[in-house]
Amino acid sequence: MAEIVSVAEAVEELVRDGDAVALEGFTHLIPYAAGHELIRQGRRDLTLVRMTPDIVYDQLIGMGCARKLVFSWGGNPGVGSLHRLRDAVEHGWPEPLKLEEHSHAGMAAAYAAGAAKLPFGVVRGYEGNDLAARTRVARIRCPFTGEQLAAVPAIRPEVGLVHAQQADREGNVLLWGIPGVQKEVVLASRRSIVTVEEVVSRLEPRPNAVFLPSWTVTAVAVAPRGAHPSYAHGYYGRDNGFYERWDEISRDRERFRNWMARHVLEREPLPV
Amino acid sequence: MTQVEAAAYTGDEMMAVAAARRLRNGMVCFVGIGLPSQAANLARATHAPNCVLVYESGTIGAKPTHLPLSIGDGELAETADAVVSVPEIFGYWLQGGWIDIGFLSAAQIDRHGNLNSTVIGSYESPRVRLPGAGGAPEIAAGCRETFVMLRHESRAFVEKLDFLTTPGKGVTCVVTDLGVLEPADRGELMLTELHPGVTADEARGATGWDLRVSDDPRQGKPPNRDELAALRALKPPNGDTVAR
Repeated sequence: MAEIVSVAEAVEELVRDGDAVALEGFTHLIPYAAGHELIRQGRRDLTLVRMTPDIVYDQLIGMGCARKLVFSWGGNPGVGSLHRLRDAVEHGWPEPLKLEEHSHAGMAAAYAAGAAKLPFGVVRGYEGNDLAARTRVARIRCPFTGEQLAAVPAIRPEVGLVHAQQADREGNVLLWGIPGVQKEVVLASRRSIVTVEEVVSRLEPRPNAVFLPSWTVTAVAVAPRGAHPSYAHGYYGRDNGFYERWDEISRDRERFRNWMARHVLEREPLPV
Repeated sequence: MTQVEAAAYTGDEMMAVAAARRLRNGMVCFVGIGLPSQAANLARATHAPNCVLVYESGTIGAKPTHLPLSIGDGELAETADAVVSVPEIFGYWLQGGWIDIGFLSAAQIDRHGNLNSTVIGSYESPRVRLPGAGGAPEIAAGCRETFVMLRHESRAFVEKLDFLTTPGKGVTCVVTDLGVLEPADRGELMLTELHPGVTADEARGATGWDLRVSDDPRQGKPPNRDELAALRALKPPNGDTVAR
């Protein structure tokens, strides 16, 4: 049964230095509040797993929390580069970052395999490119048809962190809109933290919504606007202007560190 | 329809229009952000109202009124016929073979349409770390055809890729701001169409390999008023949030 705690308590109890952590949410419901708490508590040597690192991993990498990144597309969507990610890979600042990169399909299959507790996922891909030699993938032959396929090792993070719209007092979680890989990451992870916009007395059933029963989640924490600058369908929209401003904020090391000190470490709210 | 003068549109607009014209009504398109999203939405707003837009965020049949900044903006989910998970969109829909046209871009392309979106320089110590593969390898492998949209310059159209992210064997056309390339013998890209006012020599000069040009390249038509009006109406009201 999920315990309802604060974000700080959840991170304090469940995330350790050196853990492989996956903060998921495909454009939608990205768990920023949880990511910021990892930074405030000074977690180190994390293996950060996420299909699209987005600004939240740019922040974690730039603040020196990460040793390795497992990802499939590392840009600022529609804007350009993630400058902190690039600085770490190109110049080793603030420290070198190991990469394990996949394609989206490969990573999605690896999460699905993780949720199913299978050792690997299967895709028709990683063929004829230079990626296969640079990542963890193996060619296998289908035992029934003989077709050559690619096996990608299952992702089983120590901690999965996602954001959702609602939980009830028992810690059952409901999320809707673009579902990404949130269900897969919670079921694949050994421990999980779900931050929510609000706790309600009764979850209204919604057809096709993602429901995570309390017994699949380790901790639930309330974090209103906890997905900003991404969005929470039905609560607030994506702050596209912030994604564009991040390009400037993150370009320079000192400006980035100052911004993080002010708005993440000291929690000064952003001007509206 | 009236055609507008050459100065009245940009190279990017010409690219979006040229790609949109190649989409037929009812085609199912796997669309990324930026020029592909402009092209597919323009087609839907003009000659191909039943063009189906699928974004990798899992939104199938999205009908945005303005161009989204990300592939998962809320408007895509709100206007979609269905919203599915990421494993489902890549597994059942893309790999399952339901998509007609996949759009891709890249930092580098070679004469066979192979694409690099991973690094400039060496992999271990790259000069520029690019975003990486994303959905591209499986989009190219899973869609019936791949359209590439890329600004034509010699640093992008290279003799040898720094890294091969996505094999080009499914590429059926490359739309640039100078013209259109299509695979000819043994899959080598050949310039088959020039945009208005562009010469074959200009295209050769902007290509890092010895570019083959078809005997009589087609002369593309400039965007007409309706196309330009529809394209510009897709831009978000505050002007500056169009994906780059």
